[in-house]
Amino acid sequence: MKKSDMKESRRINSPLGSLGLIVGLRGQGSCPYPRTLGVLAGSGEFIRRLSFSLLLCLLTVSASAAPTLTVGSKRFPESEILGEILTQTANKTGETQAMHRLGLGNTGIVFAALKTGSIDLYPEYVGTISQELLKDKGQPSLDEMNRQLAPMGLAAGVPLGFNDGYGLAMREDEAQKLGIKTLSDLARHPDLKLGLSQEFLKRADGWEGLKAAYGLPFGTPQGFDHGAAYRALAGGQTDVADVYTTDAEIQQYRLRVLDDDGRYFPSYDALLLYRKDLPRRLPKTWAAFQALRGKISAPLMIAMNAEVNISHKSAPAVAADFLAGRVTAGQRATASRTSFWSVLAAPDFWPATWQHLFLVFVSLALSILAGIPLGIWAARSRPAAGPVLSTVGLIQTIPSLALLAFLIPLVNQIGTVPTIIALFLYSLLPIVRNTYTGLTDISPALRESALALGLPAGARLRLIELPLAARAILAGIKTSAVINVGTATIAAFIGAGGYGNRINEGLQTNNNDLLLAGAIPAAALALLVQWAFDLLDRAVVPAGLRAAPPR
Amino acid sequence: MIAVENVSKTYGGQTALAATSLDFAEGKTTVLIGPSGCGKSTLLRIIVGLITPDAGRVALDGQEMTPASAERLRHGIGYVIQDGGLFPHLTAERNVTLLARFLGRPNGEMEGRVKELADLVQLPRESLARFPANLSGGQRQRVGLMRALMLDPKLLLLDEPLGALDPITRYELQTQLKEIFERLGKTVILVTHDMGEAAYFATGEIVLMQSGKIVQRGSLDDLLERPAQPYVSQFIRAQRSPLADVPEVPSA
Repeated sequence: MKKSDMKESRRINSPLGSLGLIVGLRGQGSCPYPRTLGVLAGSGEFIRRLSFSLLLCLLTVSASAAPTLTVGSKRFPESEILGEILTQTANKTGETQAMHRLGLGNTGIVFAALKTGSIDLYPEYVGTISQELLKDKGQPSLDEMNRQLAPMGLAAGVPLGFNDGYGLAMREDEAQKLGIKTLSDLARHPDLKLGLSQEFLKRADGWEGLKAAYGLPFGTPQGFDHGAAYRALAGGQTDVADVYTTDAEIQQYRLRVLDDDGRYFPSYDALLLYRKDLPRRLPKTWAAFQALRGKISAPLMIAMNAEVNISHKSAPAVAADFLAGRVTAGQRATASRTSFWSVLAAPDFWPATWQHLFLVFVSLALSILAGIPLGIWAARSRPAAGPVLSTVGLIQTIPSLALLAFLIPLVNQIGTVPTIIALFLYSLLPIVRNTYTGLTDISPALRESALALGLPAGARLRLIELPLAARAILAGIKTSAVINVGTATIAAFIGAGGYGNRINEGLQTNNNDLLLAGAIPAAALALLVQWAFDLLDRAVVPAGLRAAPPR
Repeated sequence: MIAVENVSKTYGGQTALAATSLDFAEGKTTVLIGPSGCGKSTLLRIIVGLITPDAGRVALDGQEMTPASAERLRHGIGYVIQDGGLFPHLTAERNVTLLARFLGRPNGEMEGRVKELADLVQLPRESLARFPANLSGGQRQRVGLMRALMLDPKLLLLDEPLGALDPITRYELQTQLKEIFERLGKTVILVTHDMGEAAYFATGEIVLMQSGKIVQRGSLDDLLERPAQPYVSQFIRAQRSPLADVPEVPSA
């Protein structure tokens, strides 16, 4: 696993974690939330808002082609804060209308967005560029990296002034008492208790390499979960833990990061990765970015991370504070308490709901339009059945992030369009398969009765076969819709909005309230959709198919 | 009017029907009889065009049954299968009028015809609004017959129409069907494996089949008195009811 992948996954768990949560919630109970439906169905307001959000989504899509500046960021707080700093800096120049595409899936997705021009720049780390994007095993210089980036129309530059890499940390007071400043100093204290994260212990360039490089006199210590390692260190059960050098906890628990005097850890200096035409296209903005060079020290970055992670401030607010000079290194973050209900009913609730519904139902409509004919074709033509069914089955096995990363360069944009395509593809299987099964399950006697009447093929399909298969087809559509509600939460990874935004942000910032404020509405929506389809079943399935047999 | 000339059908080397030629007396009821798998249903389904024969031809009023002509020719054929073959999502009435509606027949004409047919097959009017699942087996068969007769076809094909009914309903329906056939004067081809039923219905020939071939065709007397092969007598004996000697109770 690449270091930066791990860094991100450690902070947000895994993208599948959020989906799993929704599935788990969805499975519980069958309360159809009638009150919520009442709100949803609330007269013309629903339609008005929906059409507004349709418009909004279309605008968002087309906006990526307009001559503005689009800043990207990955889905963890540090990247989002830096993205906000860049966006606000650009907007202050008056030269451009900058917008921020935040929470983009992973390195692969944000890099694809940059290459396709969906974004103009984003904050990245030297180690990630060399190892992950350029697949360079060594530690190339910035010039060398730029030589390799140039053919892609990209460039890297403007180091911001901090390194977010691996490090070992101790409690400040303990380190002072023992006089430990560097990693080399550790060798003189073989009695220290180590509590390292599992990942750090497993990596070849983690603990074992570090131990050999500095000749450290420790056995292999117990592995902890990252969060638990911090708590153990803070509580005094252990003396040394591995950290990322800009973790908010460093400040929160008053820790000292030991100096890597032997230059063992690779550099993860933060800098800008941008499209090469940017300095020429927006010279004033570029000059303003240049002025950020070296302005963000590690303690400043730690303070800003703490503002988001611990005080639950928004990234735009923290970025504004920084640009106004209101962030100071070492400032104490205080956990803010807001009630869950105010988080749930935050102003982004309805926009997120409409975005979610839009993604689910537009993709579902497309799958119905394509899936039913495909199912009919598979049922009618024996040679077509195998390839059609196995193809839609195969699509289902592609991991969602992989599919998105694949679709972005294909459609040359991020956001709504690739998300809808992905959801469309995932919805196909239940619809195609149920249409196929519904049609092929019709008894030969009925099929022949229709034939013997002298009805042409089209009329047989319309008057006999589709009505007989209606229940199976509708069940397939229902399955697709419910799964879509869950899968649509991935949309947030590529900037298409929906409830996934809250789940993402909640995971990123360790904010359970925010996570649940996204997951619970998504689960409720899934139940609601299921319930709506059960009602629809009564309207669509012919009464005769539900009629009780005599006796 | 119906000519079957040298039609044959094999499935994967297995002969379902050897080359067979047959004609049917107009206005009479011809019965195809034989054990399971003898080819009688295959022959009937070839006539209505559900099975395309490997060789030979079927012509109705001089028009050959081909995939292209099948739809039109079927409008002149009524076809009834075991248990009626009704579409479960349509009411009895909709089942009966399905094709007429598709062909755009006027509503008034259809309504009149449905009433006429309901009276003919003695189906209570209120049953017309029911779905097949809510009808008894006998009623389903009556509705199936109404559907077959809706466009007043010249030819009526019945494939074991009474096979799924209990003995009493079956007995009752046999009586009514025979009356209907006599009253309508249509050309009827009925497939059964029951010799008693065959003897009861046949006003034309009884055609006894075995292993895809016609063994003998003729009147009941011909089959009883002048069997073409020992198999004919064997088949008739095997069909005899153990209660054959019980005197029939005179019906009211």
